[in-house]
Amino acid sequence: MKRRNFVNYFLGGSLFATVAAFLYPVIRYILPPPQAEALQKRVAAAKAGELSPNSFKIFKFGASPALLVNTSEGQLVALTAVCTHLTCTVRYEPDSGTIYCPCHNGRFDLAGNVISGPPPAPLETFKVEVVGEDIFVSKKA
Amino acid sequence: MAETTMTAKWKIAGALAFCLPVLCGTLLAQKNSCLDCHAKLEAELKAPADSFKMDVHQQFGLGCVDCHGGNPAQDDQDRAKDKTFRGAPKRAAIPEFCARCHADSGYIKTFNPRLRVDQLELYRTSRHGQLLKKGDTKVAVCTDCHGVHGIQTAKHPKSLTFPWNVPQTCGRCHADAALMKDYRIPTDQLSQYKESVHAQALFEKKDMSAPACNSCHGNHGAAPPEVKSIAFVCRQCHPSAGELFSKGPHKKAFDDMGFSECEACHGKHKILRPADDMLGTGKDAVCLQCHEAGSKPFVTAGRIHDLVGDFRAAIERNQALLEQAERKGVEVSDPKYKLQEIHTLLVSVRNLTHALDTADLEQKVTEGKTLLSGVQASAEAALREAKLRRTGLVVATVFLILFAVAFYLKIRQMKGRSGA
Amino acid sequence: MNKTLRSVWVFLDERFQIQAIAKFAKKKTVPEHEHSFWYFFGGICLFLTALQIVTGLFLLLYYVPTVDGAHESVQFIMSQVKFGWLFRSVHSWSANILVGILFVHMFSTFFMKAYRPPRELTWVTGFFLFVLFLAIGFSGYLLPWNELSYFATRVGTDIAGSLPLIGKTLKTFVLGGTTVGQATLTRFFWLHIAILPVAALAIVAAHIFLIQLQGMSVPLGLKDKPGKEIPFFPDFIYKDVLGWTLILILIGILCVFLPWEIGKKADPLAATPLGIKPEWYFTFMFTTLKLIPSHILSIEGEKLAVLGFMLGGAFWLLVPFLDRRAALGKPSRIFTVIGVVILLYIVVMTTLTYTLKGL
Repeated sequence: MKRRNFVNYFLGGSLFATVAAFLYPVIRYILPPPQAEALQKRVAAAKAGELSPNSFKIFKFGASPALLVNTSEGQLVALTAVCTHLTCTVRYEPDSGTIYCPCHNGRFDLAGNVISGPPPAPLETFKVEVVGEDIFVSKKA
Repeated sequence: MAETTMTAKWKIAGALAFCLPVLCGTLLAQKNSCLDCHAKLEAELKAPADSFKMDVHQQFGLGCVDCHGGNPAQDDQDRAKDKTFRGAPKRAAIPEFCARCHADSGYIKTFNPRLRVDQLELYRTSRHGQLLKKGDTKVAVCTDCHGVHGIQTAKHPKSLTFPWNVPQTCGRCHADAALMKDYRIPTDQLSQYKESVHAQALFEKKDMSAPACNSCHGNHGAAPPEVKSIAFVCRQCHPSAGELFSKGPHKKAFDDMGFSECEACHGKHKILRPADDMLGTGKDAVCLQCHEAGSKPFVTAGRIHDLVGDFRAAIERNQALLEQAERKGVEVSDPKYKLQEIHTLLVSVRNLTHALDTADLEQKVTEGKTLLSGVQASAEAALREAKLRRTGLVVATVFLILFAVAFYLKIRQMKGRSGA
Repeated sequence: MNKTLRSVWVFLDERFQIQAIAKFAKKKTVPEHEHSFWYFFGGICLFLTALQIVTGLFLLLYYVPTVDGAHESVQFIMSQVKFGWLFRSVHSWSANILVGILFVHMFSTFFMKAYRPPRELTWVTGFFLFVLFLAIGFSGYLLPWNELSYFATRVGTDIAGSLPLIGKTLKTFVLGGTTVGQATLTRFFWLHIAILPVAALAIVAAHIFLIQLQGMSVPLGLKDKPGKEIPFFPDFIYKDVLGWTLILILIGILCVFLPWEIGKKADPLAATPLGIKPEWYFTFMFTTLKLIPSHILSIEGEKLAVLGFMLGGAFWLLVPFLDRRAALGKPSRIFTVIGVVILLYIVVMTTLTYTLKGL
């Protein structure tokens, strides 16, 4: 192989390799990932009818757990499930109709207000929308 | 037009005539010869005048006369200390002195309708009250815990009765070995308490709901809880542990033997964050207090310890993997969230040990480990991704370097050809 | 292979008359002397700008410019999108490197007095490019909608609001309202991807056109020495490309070992985090405002500082017209000293931001 040809091939080859090394991430990037888009602050917490009255479900909202309650009157209520005392996960207690934190006996009403126990602040409430088959929970404005 | 000086003078005189009575009235109304005199004295006699400025009673419009009587309008000492003057009460009479108002619900209602008026009644049931009745004046009276002239409500952070000041207030006597010599009760409660997780919550985390002395011993009716009632006291804040304990075999056993439920394993003042090694058969295990080696409970204790220990170790392993992946730059917030949830499960498993039901524990731990395997898969994938990135970087860099070299050679070749 | 390339060349030349351009390119030379190393920095700025445009276009595919979606979409890009971490980290790192290189380019041309006639407009367009790029940086910083960016924007717009006369209007325009919110995010996005880049590209075109037309400036001391000239193509271009390749490798290493963090999502109701500061290239102004006494001879310290910066900016812009001695080809020590003082001030103030306690 002549020297000139070698240089040309070398240049062409290395250029091609470099371009390929840059093109590979580009192609993989533009092909949509398995999860179609970013989770917005509007989460489908449950399917309509999934929860019977006077029961609850814990679901992921952003980076923290949240509570979806179907009250005994059939109303849907959503709040953060992170207790304002020491961040334990709260749950809904069907017997008393209140939200209870098992760690230190904290108790909240369905509006998030502290009824008793050590929690120093109320639980943040969220907006619930039923759209067709899904129950959507989103942050209040 | 300039007014005549006569008109101006009359105006000034009129103004003064109007102002003077008002001025005098306000001055006289506020005249407090007690404070005026005592402020000029020294040391102990000056202290009341200085500290009363911050007193809660002063904020409600009360003054020296409301407790001590006398005539504050009089500057002359003898006239001021008239026949209504009560002076400073003797120690043994202090509770009744304060109760003159504080046990009068009709009077207290006019200031704060929600303030309790049973303090004296409760005090009389307490050890302090009982000993005082027998003539022991070394015990605590109202002023020892509340202060005397700069009294603040328990909501005020500088108050002696504010939650995080309470241990120090009680400890002033109860930690003083010389003072407590004759009472034959320990004096290490304060030092023990200070090492506890409750003290940490109160002093370091500033969690006002954390128990201080009065949370378990009561305020005015202060007394050590009976053996049977210790469990109820703890259940005020830890009901689930109590419920689980009651379901298990220990409850009946402890009650029959007269052991206090929670205290046997957790202590009473130096209550530490429970360690997993409190379970089982190791040197720190509380089970060994009663159960002999080789007995059935001994084996169960070991089993429970292993269940919890294994689960915790698995969580820690995965935690380390995720941290490693994160340090290497891979985004792992999703598996971290799942691990948080599994950690919550660990907390409930630890709590569940109070019921001593191994079958139940095994089921919960299996549940946790299943979830954990998902996290582990994510963590391992993240570490593989980190490795992939580094490999990709090496490859791309090598190609770039090769390209640079090729480019250089080509330029040299072109320059050689053009004969430059 | 060669035959194919040859026929492509002929095809293009018959339609675009590339031969003419190639002839001009072959003739173009660049002076080489002891300070010609600094000539490369302009090209590096151009390369990094191109890199920003490319990575920015790709980020646009997945970024969501809403308060509810911005932070989440950046998280998504970093964790779910294949090589998303790479595109985003390259964009963030290159942004900072670009601003740094802009400073180097600006000060090197200043000290070499490249602003002398006939190159005054090159300097002036460069000044506006500097301001535009700082604005692009400021607007881009808010887009991830994390804690740091939210509060840095608050602080920055507050300072903008304190400018005399135009402050309040400027702040309201920039914020799209009274506080940093959705309107602000939309505006900053509009500025960052459309208005400012288009303006910058137009001025870059003018800037480069002038340089191509007038050639490279040679520092005063070396002007009369017998100079060495190297051909632009291929020698200078080769060195340019080599530099760009090295920078690309550096950026790659940075992105793999120090990927850009996502940060905590902004919470407008939270208290301002302690020690909040704007990005490093604004810190010299920020620290000046923090350190200046509240009143100097009964004038508000902050207003005095802002005035000082505006006067400094005006001076910097007009330097080609103020430096009479350099214009006449004479050594101009005073301006060199002024430049050194300004440079030292920026360096010291920036360092103090990170070393002084309680700032």
